[in-house]
Amino acid sequence: MFPPIPNPDVSVQKPGFGTQDLVRRSASTVPVPTRQLTPVAKLIDVSKCIGCKACQAACLEWNDLREKVGENRGSYDNPEDLTPDSLTVMRFTEWINPETDTLEWLIRKDGCMHCAEPGCLEACPAPGAIVQYSNGIVDFIHENCIGCGYCIKGCPFNIPRISRVDNTAYKCTLCSDRVAVGQGPACQKACPTQAIVFGTKDEMKAWADARIKDLKARGFDKAGLYDPPGVSGTHVMYVLHHADKPHIYASLPDNPRISPLVKAWKGAGKYAGLGVIALSVVAGALHYLTQGPNRVTKKDEEEAEQLAEKQS
Amino acid sequence: MTDQTVNQTPEVHVRVPRYSGSARINHWIVAISFSLLALSGLALFHPSLFSLTALFGGGQMARWLHPWLGILLAMSFFGLFIRFVSQNFPERTDIVWLSRIRYALTPGGEEYLPEVGKYNAGQKFVFWSQAFLILVLLLSGICIWERGLHYLEAAVGFRVSIETMRWAALIHATAAVMTIVVFVIHVYSAFWVRGTIDAMTRGSVSGGWGWRHHRRWLRRKVREGDVERPSNGD
Ligand code: HEM
Ligand code: SF4
Ligand code: SF4
Repeated sequence: MFPPIPNPDVSVQKPGFGTQDLVRRSASTVPVPTRQLTPVAKLIDVSKCIGCKACQAACLEWNDLREKVGENRGSYDNPEDLTPDSLTVMRFTEWINPETDTLEWLIRKDGCMHCAEPGCLEACPAPGAIVQYSNGIVDFIHENCIGCGYCIKGCPFNIPRISRVDNTAYKCTLCSDRVAVGQGPACQKACPTQAIVFGTKDEMKAWADARIKDLKARGFDKAGLYDPPGVSGTHVMYVLHHADKPHIYASLPDNPRISPLVKAWKGAGKYAGLGVIALSVVAGALHYLTQGPNRVTKKDEEEAEQLAEKQS
Repeated sequence: MTDQTVNQTPEVHVRVPRYSGSARINHWIVAISFSLLALSGLALFHPSLFSLTALFGGGQMARWLHPWLGILLAMSFFGLFIRFVSQNFPERTDIVWLSRIRYALTPGGEEYLPEVGKYNAGQKFVFWSQAFLILVLLLSGICIWERGLHYLEAAVGFRVSIETMRWAALIHATAAVMTIVVFVIHVYSAFWVRGTIDAMTRGSVSGGWGWRHHRRWLRRKVREGDVERPSNGD
């Protein structure tokens, strides 16, 4: 068992990190922070999850959110997708392992991966609506969000959702408010099987190693850690029993990365675009300075009169 | 002898109607909504321009207003399209005009150009490019419109994949740059060719303007008797 995080001291505490620890801020720059926080991570061990959804309930509870009563769509997924209120959702897959011809019930807790290179932040046009702390947490700052949904296009994991109530984007915060006072995320706290554990990223990797060894010993020779390099790693990681094919876990991307389309949209093209517009204005100004206005002359007016005269 | 008193506005003997009141109102709706679209769009285009959102009362307002203005623009531009399309079909002389475009860019160079009907090849270029680009902006804009897609899905079950949205965002931003450049060309031409703005404010132009820039059109107007003779008073 991973040593549980002790219960909190209930007196008022000063948050352990804040805006001085930002390493990225959407559509703006931040000064280099004076200290580096220890990177944190949440490890989700898919092989240990029993699908009880205690984490989903804890998430709603801690974040004071209420989900609408849903409908049965023929699957255990409830709600059937992430919503602005359900920041995490268990995705159930019935997978037949072709090697053993047995049914495997794959249950993956979906939610924000807290990418080291967050596509959401890259795409966001509003200064300060998405921030990243040096401990790896990517957070949405609602008062700066304009509700454009660009983060949805930027995210390789299809995570952010726009609320129809306040028109701002929502996703898992990794319980940044709890982490700031030395606690782990609410989902981790509620998980009865320790399928979710929380600690420093190094601790989590070491813990995952032990879990992977155990799984391999049980015949899951492709067991492994999901910490995708395409986004420079994530601060939410999975232990997968079939790490060679992440897509079987309800379409977890095999090799997530910020889409080249998003890079093209947000990259140097922006400067090229502004440059082209500026150039057209400069060209107009130069043309005017060299050619002067194109004025109608007295002769033109007289010619027009003669033409009209002839006709009448 | 060529007239050298170019700085005085010469006396106008003939005025030629060019745009009806309704065409002008239609044009100004297009012009205003386009300008607001460019400002609110550019605000999201690059962080250095985000402060433009203040013109609209903040980022949320700019984000909300932009697509609705887009719908207004698309509908009102459609009105202009219907009004002007018949005069904008390409003709043989357009090729000659384009091959001599450097004369078109020099005051007085008109003498070396073929006689032009209601629109010259440059104006036709502006017309067709804006028609095409606004259509592209409308379709791509809808695909990146958070709220609009929500309504569309509820109403007709129309869904757009995230990959399509990414294409749409890239296309929308590219088309926006292009449409703004064409807009700059359009506005500058109207300003450079003196007397042009009258067409959209008063609705008529001076006969001299017609003679200089759109002689074939002027001849037709005269033939049709559709000219005003303010100096004759009749
Ligand atoms: C014709 C209908 C149009 C529609 C439906 C539309 C819709 C949209 C939408 C939904 C967005 C995302 C931000 C938001 O939700 O407000 C957007 C962004 C933008 N729009 Fe439009 N738009 C239209 C026309 C135009 C026009 C005519 C221009 C230029 C004059 C323009 C320029 C832009 C720009 C520059 C952006 C930001 C793109 C970026 O972030 O890279 N749009 N538009
Ligand atoms: S909706 Fe997403 S991309 Fe748009 S401002 Fe909010 S956080 Fe940024
Ligand atoms: S998973 Fe998506 S929302 Fe979360 S940090 Fe990565 S890009 Fe942003």
